[in-house]
Amino acid sequence: MFTAILTVILIVGGTALLAWPLGKYMAALFSGRFAAADGIFTRAVGGAPAQDWKQYSLALIAFNALMFVFVFAMLALQHALPLNPDGQGPASLDLVFNTASSFTTNTNLQHYSGESTWSYLAQLGGLMWLQFVSAATGIAALAALARGIGEQASMGNFFLDLQRASFCVLLPLAIIVACFIALRGVPMTFDGAATVTTLEGAVQTIARGPAAAFVAIKQLGTNGGGFFGPNSTHPLENADFWTNCFQMVSLIIIPMACVWMFGRMIGRIKHAGVVFGVMAVLLLVKMTAAIGFETAPTQAFADLPVAQDVGNLEGKELRLGATTGPLWAVLTTSTSNGSVGAMHDSLNPLTGLVPMAGMWLNETFGGVGVGMINMFLYIMVAVFVAGMMVGRTPEYLGHRVEGREMRLAVLALISHPVLILGGTALFAATAWGAGTLNNAGAHGFSEILYEFSSAAANNGSGFEGLGDNTVPWNIATGLVMLIGRYLPIIVPLAIVGSLMAKRRSAESAGTLSVEGGTFGVMLFITILIFGALTFFPAAALGPVAEHLTLMR
Amino acid sequence: MTYLLPSLRLWLVTMLVCVVGYAALVYGLAQTFAPYRANASIIEVDGRAVGSELVAQDFTSAGYFWPRPSAADYDGMGAAGSNLSPTSQDLAARAAETVARYGATPDNPIPADLVAASGGGLDPHISLAGALYQAERVAEARGLPVGRVRDLVQDAAFAPGSIFAPEPIVNVLQLNLALDRLAQ
Amino acid sequence: MQSASLFERALVVPAMRDAVFKLDPRTMVRNPVMFTTAVVATVATVILVRNLSAGTGDPLFEGQLVFWLWLTVLFGNFAEALAEGRGKAQAQSLRQTKDQLVALRIGRNGATEQIPATQLRFGDLVLVCEGQQIPADGEVVAGVASVNEAAITGESAPVIREAGGDRSAVTAGTTVISDEIRVKVTAEPGSGFLDRMIALVEGASRQKTPNEIALTILLTGLTLIFLVAVGTLPAFAAYAGGSIAVPVLIALFVALIPTTISGLLSAIGIAGMDRLIRFNVLAKSGRAVEAAGDIGTLLLDKTGTITIGDRQASEFVPLPGVAEADLVAAARLSSLADTTPEGRSIVALAGGGEDLPANAEPVPFSAQTRVSGIDLPERIIRKGAVDAVLKLGAHPEAAVADLRRITDRIAQAGGTPLAVVENDRLLGAIHLKDVIKAGIRERFVELRRMGIRTVMITGDNPLTAAAIAAEAGVDDFLAEATPEDKLAYIRKEQAEGKLVAMCGDGTNDAPALAQSDVGVAMNTGTQAAREAGNMVDLDSDPTKLIEVVGIGKQLLMTRGSLTTFSIANDVAKYFAILPAILVVLYPALGALNVMGLSSPSSAILSAIIFNAIIIPLLVPLALQGVRYRPMPAASQLLRNLAIYGAGGVIAPFIGIKLIDIAVAALGLA
Repeated sequence: MFTAILTVILIVGGTALLAWPLGKYMAALFSGRFAAADGIFTRAVGGAPAQDWKQYSLALIAFNALMFVFVFAMLALQHALPLNPDGQGPASLDLVFNTASSFTTNTNLQHYSGESTWSYLAQLGGLMWLQFVSAATGIAALAALARGIGEQASMGNFFLDLQRASFCVLLPLAIIVACFIALRGVPMTFDGAATVTTLEGAVQTIARGPAAAFVAIKQLGTNGGGFFGPNSTHPLENADFWTNCFQMVSLIIIPMACVWMFGRMIGRIKHAGVVFGVMAVLLLVKMTAAIGFETAPTQAFADLPVAQDVGNLEGKELRLGATTGPLWAVLTTSTSNGSVGAMHDSLNPLTGLVPMAGMWLNETFGGVGVGMINMFLYIMVAVFVAGMMVGRTPEYLGHRVEGREMRLAVLALISHPVLILGGTALFAATAWGAGTLNNAGAHGFSEILYEFSSAAANNGSGFEGLGDNTVPWNIATGLVMLIGRYLPIIVPLAIVGSLMAKRRSAESAGTLSVEGGTFGVMLFITILIFGALTFFPAAALGPVAEHLTLMR
Repeated sequence: MTYLLPSLRLWLVTMLVCVVGYAALVYGLAQTFAPYRANASIIEVDGRAVGSELVAQDFTSAGYFWPRPSAADYDGMGAAGSNLSPTSQDLAARAAETVARYGATPDNPIPADLVAASGGGLDPHISLAGALYQAERVAEARGLPVGRVRDLVQDAAFAPGSIFAPEPIVNVLQLNLALDRLAQ
Repeated sequence: MQSASLFERALVVPAMRDAVFKLDPRTMVRNPVMFTTAVVATVATVILVRNLSAGTGDPLFEGQLVFWLWLTVLFGNFAEALAEGRGKAQAQSLRQTKDQLVALRIGRNGATEQIPATQLRFGDLVLVCEGQQIPADGEVVAGVASVNEAAITGESAPVIREAGGDRSAVTAGTTVISDEIRVKVTAEPGSGFLDRMIALVEGASRQKTPNEIALTILLTGLTLIFLVAVGTLPAFAAYAGGSIAVPVLIALFVALIPTTISGLLSAIGIAGMDRLIRFNVLAKSGRAVEAAGDIGTLLLDKTGTITIGDRQASEFVPLPGVAEADLVAAARLSSLADTTPEGRSIVALAGGGEDLPANAEPVPFSAQTRVSGIDLPERIIRKGAVDAVLKLGAHPEAAVADLRRITDRIAQAGGTPLAVVENDRLLGAIHLKDVIKAGIRERFVELRRMGIRTVMITGDNPLTAAAIAAEAGVDDFLAEATPEDKLAYIRKEQAEGKLVAMCGDGTNDAPALAQSDVGVAMNTGTQAAREAGNMVDLDSDPTKLIEVVGIGKQLLMTRGSLTTFSIANDVAKYFAILPAILVVLYPALGALNVMGLSSPSSAILSAIIFNAIIIPLLVPLALQGVRYRPMPAASQLLRNLAIYGAGGVIAPFIGIKLIDIAVAALGLA
């Protein structure tokens, strides 16, 4: 318990401290404080005119479409392209569609094992490139949102913002992280797999590759897609305790910094503080729950002569420490990262519920940029109800929240449960899902539920026992990822576009303050009610039923 | 068109900087400063690659320490976890096999890490308790005093994360190499 | 205007009847949540009938479910009908008044003809004599009359209506009780004040406000979310190898969707308007009421709102070298014939007593000279505004300077100086003091806590205005205010993002009333003012603006609090119904039955009964509004969150448990 608390303080507390200056830097960057860099970026794309919300959204869509098409082509043709030392063959088109959707949408759901599916070129030139630009897309969208709320005349320019995010935020941090983990054992080579003869004389082929570069941006951009199949549980992807710490820090630092960046850009650092606080409390609750539930020993060993004194070890790596599994599971699903440091499928039933809840809420820091954008939707609903409760027409920072804003916010918020529950229902009731399970009963249901939660939340982690490389799974989750990505980005931009057009009202003692603890409580409750209540029946039939039925 | 041309230019610059430039830089630095690590920590004995320090390999003979169970059968090209629920019957069955293989009894229960499969199936470590649990078997097979083997294990044990992860662990391949060296 | 008590029999019975009529789908569809409830209740009914004819299912249980589902819908309708009913009774009497009206129309040749009031057109001239009712809204073009407006305002004291000026507007349905007037009709039939009032109190012309629309969207969104949550359950159950009966799913769905707030939503809106009406303020739209809650700046006329309408003499200040007794005597004499409150207060301050001397000749106040006084043999005494008095004759410069010094001092103290002159000798000044209304200062403190700035509008000079402003505790003042100044001030505040409320009565107030976000026109005011404002105060009491703000806030708070309550209820309902449904799939899920409800069907029934009866239980709260006390927004939120949020979580746990005990005891399930 003591080491668990120490680890949490080290990782989460330490990152929170680092996030403050990073947020300050990002706010300065996106406020155009670095004119020289902006000049170069502007020339690189041939001009960066101011855009309104529609133009910004169109630019975002256009570039993301290009991202998808390019990577789709590259993956589909990898066998004919260079940098393929292990001679990976052609992949099926439905898997290519799923993978291109997955990495374009910052999800990194992987229905394959990287080391046995993609060439080095596909991994670096296709997937790793998307890990940069899809993360940068999210950060850019948040910058645009903040500009709109912060009463600037335009939302900025997408092409400029994307370069700022890629080159000035993600790239420098990625270089630092990549070098560190490479020094500690994560390979960075273009040689093909190593073949060794073991001490007992067997031949073992060990996949390797340019993993360090890939892993760094996978974590920083809340992408989560592993270079190797089992992601960060693979010793070559996560070599020791310290690479593990570094990866956990890097998977949450930019989402944390995004809150401060948002606060500074709208000139409301206290408001950002409240939002940060709410996210942190939710995170803390989830961490406590997960670490607590995971101290229960492996139920399957209960009747065997097995000494279990450190909780459930199935699916966990010893070098990463006892609390890493659940802690990582919480962090990776609180942000929309999706890399794993332990096998989620093998977590205790209630522990497994915590990452699912993280994806249902999807904004306890959330994905880079988009986490704060998701939170913005909850803020809209919270200010609306709270505004009425203080006897005023609801307003957010002086912008009146009326029918149009509500319609859009509700649309975006509804889409999440519709995608998750609708998809789960379809696959649970048919052989599409039921025929692909690795576990029986309630846990099998959890596998389906988790997969759709992960796709809709653009998370990418999985209950990986699921045999998900099938045509129905590839098509369905591919579509869910695309809708689950672009609706919650475009809709908030539209909301802000609509808010910007209104007369802004002054604030007074009678106005609902979004900078106090009371509002924090309101926001917290709103998140639980809107984000979690919907999923109560599904949770009951999955993890809760498994726990109550099988855990003793 | 308004958006296509800038998108293409954006594609070009991000590809050059974030893929080509970034990968080349990290590759150069890693290969220069840590070539052993950068090439997957391959251990060579007498010029022959015997395995990766970081990747578990299968040991079945009684004279070696055995690693944790692997759902991927220690396949370095297809790492995977079991993905079985802790409540799973299949997991219980698999665990029973392992327990039988070690010959564990209620009086001499086996440490859990030797029964539970790791996440990637390639965990190169076992717990100190797990190594000590096997010391007797190894000593017997090799005809060594148990105390000698135990000392070897103790020497190999380390805390993976100092005070943050103090439970000591042992690298199986390195321990077995040390055993072999001892025999020579 | 009289208001009925909440659950008067005369209101409840028709409301119950109306609740059934409101089942008309065309009406129901205006409220998507209740419409959805009605749709699924219909589905449940069809299933019940089918099961009954096939002899399958559990008719007692399903029958009760269907019964309570319909009751949920009817309770919602009842709440709305009850809220409307309270206005309808008033509308009825107003309509009667209107139908009886006849007019004496004056033809081109000057002859009059008697016609029903409904035939009057804009621009017609009518004659109204003593004892007759005014047939249409209009403006007095000739004559002066005292009019009893009790039919509209409930206030029986007659008011004067006369041609020209700010008191020329008359309203249909009011009665001339003396003299006769000629009135030019200014309203087309059906669009007069009376018509509008009928529509308002009936709620017929009620349109959803922007806030109501937004809330409806949110509630519809919640309904959709729960449609998905419940609609996917059969598939989940199929995976687990079981099934869930449709009526049970419907029960869960209806329990989860926000029926409570949706059932009460329109009642809350109607009740808000009704509270204003009972307060004798007519809002022309619900939007105006809500805007009142958002007011950031309140423009208040000094006279009548901040100070009592009349000034009181508080001091006699003689010039150097003048005996105070001389000044007092002169002031008293000059005021003996002056029956205005000011005049009376001077006499009172001077010691009262003594009638007007027989040989005295009072000189009344005239607009030309702006002085009044008295002529006695040998003595001519005048009093009035300083400049006006000085204009009457030449005085020594020293005396004028002395007088100026005195009057400046009075003005600085917030008073109004009146100069007194006897023959050609300046005697001194009377200090007329503005009397700040008792308690008004505290009201402004309250308003400030609510985040509302108060601005005093006055015709006084800046010195006087500043003094009174300080004494009354307003945040700002606008001295020597012209209508243009007011308009400019409002625009400036609005540009800073504040919503502005003001009240006014004169035609020259019309632009400012129209510009302000909440413009309350005094009923005694001109037609132009009444048209320009979005509220009309029938009592013509400008202080009411403060209460109007409170009513606006109360309306929104009631809506927000009941929304919170409604949604918070879902937690308990989940814990009641879900274990009951899912226990057949996984018996271990019975552990979620934290309330220990006696059986699955009893749990479902209890939840749906609670869901239905909470609506009528909350009707009093919806109609009266949640209690509003001025306090900062943060404390307000915390308070309501604690009561309606935490209460909303806890109440159904207790309620459902109690109902379950009753249901089990009665053997209903």
